[in-house]
Amino acid sequence: MSRGRPGRDDSPDRLYTLTGGRSRAGSDAFDLVTLVVSESDPVPGMQSEHAAILRMCRLPTAVVEVAAGLGLPVSITRILLADLHDTGRISARHPRASYRLPDHDILEQVLVGLRNL
Amino acid sequence: MDSVTSEQRRTLHSTADNGLKIVVVGGFGVGKTTLVRSVSEIRPLNTEETMTQAGEGVDDTAGVAAKSATTVAFDFGRISFDAHNVLYLFGAPGQERFWFLWDRLFSGTLGAVVLVDTRRLADSWYAIDRLEHHGTPFVVACNDFGGPAHTPARIRGALDLADEVPLVMCDARSRESSKQVLITLVEHLRTVVAPAVRPVPQPIPEPAP
Ligand SMILES: Nc1nc2c(ncn2[C@@H]2O[C@H](COP(=O)(O)OP(=O)(O)OP(=O)(O)O)[C@@H](O)[C@H]2O)c(=O)[nH]1
Ligand SMILES: [Mg+2]
Repeated sequence: MSRGRPGRDDSPDRLYTLTGGRSRAGSDAFDLVTLVVSESDPVPGMQSEHAAILRMCRLPTAVVEVAAGLGLPVSITRILLADLHDTGRISARHPRASYRLPDHDILEQVLVGLRNL
Repeated sequence: MDSVTSEQRRTLHSTADNGLKIVVVGGFGVGKTTLVRSVSEIRPLNTEETMTQAGEGVDDTAGVAAKSATTVAFDFGRISFDAHNVLYLFGAPGQERFWFLWDRLFSGTLGAVVLVDTRRLADSWYAIDRLEHHGTPFVVACNDFGGPAHTPARIRGALDLADEVPLVMCDARSRESSKQVLITLVEHLRTVVAPAVRPVPQPIPEPAP
């Protein structure tokens, strides 16, 4: 990809405008690997980033992929996602496992998956 | 409509619902992106996280704490295993100045691979310290850049690695080798994540005096 590093050229002002100056309140629920799924199509007049997210997430797409696709920092992407989630336009499938919540079945599945690579 | 016939799966199954994370951390140019690329089903993508440090004085009228914003770039790849599970691999810089971002970036990660270049072992000291401090399970993978061969014992000594932390040699350019690094990590995770029912007890090696 010849595109520059996302977000690099964005002035704080532009990012401020995108998010209406809000902080990340309400967006913490979105993990980097939370899978986002559109629940509706874009509608005319919608903020273009919101519309882009709805198009991107017709099939499950991780938050970090949405950020890369938009060319925006993850923190800004989370806020945009929270907007869409609040209005029911997307649903979020949050990760189940972490090393703090041990789940042997998941580890077994990962191992099988890796061995089959 | 993921009827992509090429070698690359561009979209996930509609049923995908469980994102998993593994972090590959290491010094500049140690091969993080190469390793991610070797096993990923997508070309590694690059993105960044910006953090505004709490508690910094916000003195401008806009109220945007842009002045104290710090940015860390990272790349990631993806492996989807089955209809539900999809693993994301993150390549992240291990330098000290980025670490305050990590809690946020990598909370909930399954574990980490510390990629090291044996010519520059000290570059990974800080990463190892932090992972130990966080209690994040990890393995150390030595990427072979053709430097002088060191014995595993010497590398362990230089990194002050705990006995139970696996140490493997790898070539990040090789898919098979990179895959083996990840398998080593997940096998290690199985031993540190206590199963509900303990398997047959293994003899515990005598700690070195
Ligand atoms: N000889 C050798 N070269 C390697 C190996 N792995 C990576 N390289 C090369 O080392 C260089 C740096 O690799 P990258 O994967 O970009 O390293 P990185 O850790 O992502 O680098 P930064 O993101 O810039 O910190 C590239 O030219 C790779 O081709 C290896 O196992 N052996
Ligand atoms: Mg890199």
